[in-house]
Amino acid sequence: MVKVSYYPGCTLKNKAKELDKYAVRCAEILGVEMEEIENWQCCGGVFCDSSDEVATKLSAVRALACAARRKTPLVTVCTACHNVIKRTLHALRYDAVFSERVRNYLGDEAKGAENAEVYHYLELLRDVVGFETLKGKVVNELKGKRVAAYYGCLFLRPGSVMQTDDAEDPRIMESFIKSLGAEPVIYPMRNECCGAYTFFEEKEAALKKGAAVLKSAENFGADLIAAACPLCRYNLESSSKSLPGGAEKKLPVVYFTELLAEALGVKEARYGM
Amino acid sequence: MECKGEALCAEVIRISASDVGKCMRCGKCSASCPSYDEMEYHPHEFAYMVSSGDADALLESDSAYKCVSCLTCSERCPCGVAPSRLVEAFRIIKARERSNAAFAPERSVFDDGEIPGQALVSAFRKFSK
Ligand code: SF4
Ligand code: SF4
Repeated sequence: MVKVSYYPGCTLKNKAKELDKYAVRCAEILGVEMEEIENWQCCGGVFCDSSDEVATKLSAVRALACAARRKTPLVTVCTACHNVIKRTLHALRYDAVFSERVRNYLGDEAKGAENAEVYHYLELLRDVVGFETLKGKVVNELKGKRVAAYYGCLFLRPGSVMQTDDAEDPRIMESFIKSLGAEPVIYPMRNECCGAYTFFEEKEAALKKGAAVLKSAENFGADLIAAACPLCRYNLESSSKSLPGGAEKKLPVVYFTELLAEALGVKEARYGM
Repeated sequence: MECKGEALCAEVIRISASDVGKCMRCGKCSASCPSYDEMEYHPHEFAYMVSSGDADALLESDSAYKCVSCLTCSERCPCGVAPSRLVEAFRIIKARERSNAAFAPERSVFDDGEIPGQALVSAFRKFSK
């Protein structure tokens, strides 16, 4: 069993339980024990993109330091948390002024944070478990399903910091989909924005952005969309509801962990056979 | 006290750590921006207005709040200017100078019981002005 530190984040313990519980359960089957870190705090949802902002990044520093103390890699499932934590790690490593100010704030609490190793769950599957191993554990192949991976923004950008994959032509989610026995659909809008947090202030504009993603996936023949971020999923589903056409015409939007759980036999088949 | 003119541009450059002088006005950032239609000033205009030393209009405009922080402009800028960081700097300057007008969650009239918590936390960060 490989042990990792797990940072769930606010939404996975609340509105996106399917991301949390299936990720943890499936990891066990794949030989990874996800140990939740103690007293984690919300990452803030978005990385404050400024050279002089420190306080908003401290919860990420605490999570990194906790994983470093445990000497296990830090794993996230929500791509928004992943973005904040990975970018904070980058700033700690390469921005001397920032890391000094962090030490001034947190003292020993920040110790070792810059040495932490961070993986998104999909990176864990690719780099630690291996997609071939995953394929070998699949009991319900999602055969014949055309699945459109939705990357959105935060999993990939900034490409130079996130280094998830090629930020303009990623393959990690498609490789994941293939290892479950489904057929990935490559479509132009897979790494364009769903509208993000603007739903509160700019509802119509947000719906328009989500609709463009749905339309693109549909035009390329998708049966369903797989997302890794609760807000992406919410926006795409809200856009889908707002579009004309009966419920039967709607493209389902699911978490990638739901597909994984079905393929591994942890969850009742719904999108598979 | 609000800063203006050259001082404002210097503050934007300091916060964003963006090398605006490198902008060659190719427009690739704005061509990639999903919020282009909603904005009065577009990412390439953020870059050249800041580099020209007169960006007061950007502080008054709502354009920064139409940005969804997708980072596409910065990913695709061939010169490493990072327009998204310029836009963020305007949001930050407003939040710091006028923080008594923070984003009020009751402004959201459509809490459908489904919207994820992360949207609300993000909106607090991005819409305080
Ligand atoms: S893409 Fe970069 S170089 Fe081109 S206009 Fe935008 S900021 Fe300037
Ligand atoms: S980060 Fe903002 S300005 Fe840049 S492309 Fe996205 S929405 Fe447009």
